[in-house]
Amino acid sequence: MDELKRVILDYVKKEYLDDTDDRELAADTCLITGGIVDSFSMVSLKRFLERKYAIQIPDAEATPAAFDTVNSIADVVTRVQARSGAVGKVTAS
Amino acid sequence: MTTLAYEVTAREHYRHELDALRQAGLFKEERFIHAPQGAEIDVEYPAGAPLRRVVNLCSNNYLGLSSHPDVVAAAREGLEARGYGMSSVRFICGTQDIHRELERRLTDFLGTEDTLLFPSCMDANAGVFEALLGEQDVLIADRLVHASIVDGMRLCKAPHDTFKHSDMEHLEEKLKEHQDKRFRMVVTDGVFSMDGDLAKLDAIVSLAERYNAMVCVDDSHATGFIGRTGRGTHEEKGVVGRIDIITTTLGKALGGASGGCVSGRAELVGICRQRARPYLFSNSVAPVIVAGALKVLELVGRSTDRRDTLAANTVRWRAMLAQAGFDVKPGESPIVPVMLYNAKLAQEVARDLFAEGIYVVGFFFPVVPQGQARIRTQMSAAHGPRHLERAIDAFVKVGRTYGILGKGRKEIVQQYGA
Repeated sequence: MDELKRVILDYVKKEYLDDTDDRELAADTCLITGGIVDSFSMVSLKRFLERKYAIQIPDAEATPAAFDTVNSIADVVTRVQARSGAVGKVTAS
Repeated sequence: MTTLAYEVTAREHYRHELDALRQAGLFKEERFIHAPQGAEIDVEYPAGAPLRRVVNLCSNNYLGLSSHPDVVAAAREGLEARGYGMSSVRFICGTQDIHRELERRLTDFLGTEDTLLFPSCMDANAGVFEALLGEQDVLIADRLVHASIVDGMRLCKAPHDTFKHSDMEHLEEKLKEHQDKRFRMVVTDGVFSMDGDLAKLDAIVSLAERYNAMVCVDDSHATGFIGRTGRGTHEEKGVVGRIDIITTTLGKALGGASGGCVSGRAELVGICRQRARPYLFSNSVAPVIVAGALKVLELVGRSTDRRDTLAANTVRWRAMLAQAGFDVKPGESPIVPVMLYNAKLAQEVARDLFAEGIYVVGFFFPVVPQGQARIRTQMSAAHGPRHLERAIDAFVKVGRTYGILGKGRKEIVQQYGA
C-alpha cells in the first residue's frame, strides 16, 4: 500500500472507528455503502486531505461514490494534485 | 390519450425504485390502528387482515397522555373557543393568545428565557441553524443525532463537523480545531432515539464553556419525563439554564399530537422568530393542539406520578428482558433496545411477536449502524403490570424459537450473520 493510501486509512480508523470496533479495514473496504462512515461525517476526511495536501477538492468530486473506499479517495487526491500541480506538497497537520 | 415521453420515463424510474426497495426488504408499510393511541391498540395488519388487539411497545406515548380524557376535553374546549384552524402563518394573522401562552408555559417548564412554536420539531431543527449561523461559523454534532438535525445542518450555510458518539475527547479535539470560527455550536440529542442513552450534557456544557461554544440539544425523547421533575436531559444532568438552545416536540410525551419548539436564550429565539423559515412560511400550530398541550403542561407540572410510573416500568422491563436472557443495550431511558444484530432476524422476530400480540418494529441499517439491527421497545406510563407480563411471555417464546436467549453479540452473529 502506498503512502497516500496508508495516510487515508490511518485517518479513517482514528476518526471513524470506536476503540471497541473490531472491524478490519483495507484499501478496498466500502466505507460509506458499508456503513462505516456516514456521508454526513465524511466532511472531516475531506477537510483533513485538503489541509494535509494543500489542495481544494471540489464538492462535485467529493461524492459519496468517490469517497467510498480508500482506493477511490486516493484517486481523487491524486487527480486534484495533478491538476493543481501540487504533487508531493504536504502540510503539517 | 397522448402521454409525454418524459412522464413515462419518470414513472418507470420511480416504479423501479419502489421495486428495488421491496426486493431489498426496505419497503415501509403502514399498519392501520383502529383505536386511540394507548398501551393496547387494535391493529389491521397487513391491510385487510382482521383486527388484532396488541400490546403497544413502540409508540412515543411516554407519559400515556396521548388519549388522556383531560387532554381530550381541553382540546375539545379549545376547538370550541378558538376554532379549527388559523388559515395563516404566525406573523401575518395566525397568532392567538393561547400560542403566546403556550410559549410562556414551555419557557417556564424548560427553564429557559423564551420559546417559539413550530409546526413540528422537524421544522424547528430545519429552521434553527440556518437562522442563527453563517459561513464564518461551525456546527459540531454528535454522530448519532436525529435525521432532522442532519437535514437542518445541511440547510445551514455554516460548515459542519461531527464527533464520535458521546466521545468527549473527540468533541474537545473538534472544538480546538475550530477555534478560528466566529461562533461554534455543539449539537446533540438529549436522549438518543435508537440507543436510548443520555447525552453527557454536563461534560458537553463544560467543554462548550471552556472553548466558547453554544450548545443546542434536541430533547424530543426526554421532555416531560427525564430529570427529577421531567424537565428533560438538562435537568437530569444538572445544567438547567446553561443550554443555549433546546428544540423539542409536543408530538411525543407532551400529548403526542404535533408541534415543536425552539426554546433558549432570548436573543437566539428572537432571531428565529425573525428568520426561521419553517416558522415564517408554514401555518400556526392548530388551536386544538395548543389547548391540549396547555393541559398536558398543567398535568405534568402538577405531579410527577406519571413520570415516576414510567421510570418504574422502565426499570422493571429492563430487568425482565435481562433476566430472560436478551441482549439489551444498557441505559436509563424508556427506550430499551433489544439487540439482534442481523436485519432479517430483527424483522422476523418483530413479525412473530406481532403474531403473539406484541407490537414492536425491527430497526436495521441505515436507520441504525450496519450490523446493529435491533427491536426498539419503548415504555409508557400507560403500561400496567399485565402488559409487561404479557410482553415478556411473548418475547421469551419467540426468543426460544430463534435460540437467542442467553446469547450476546458474538453468538448471535455467529448463528445469523451480521
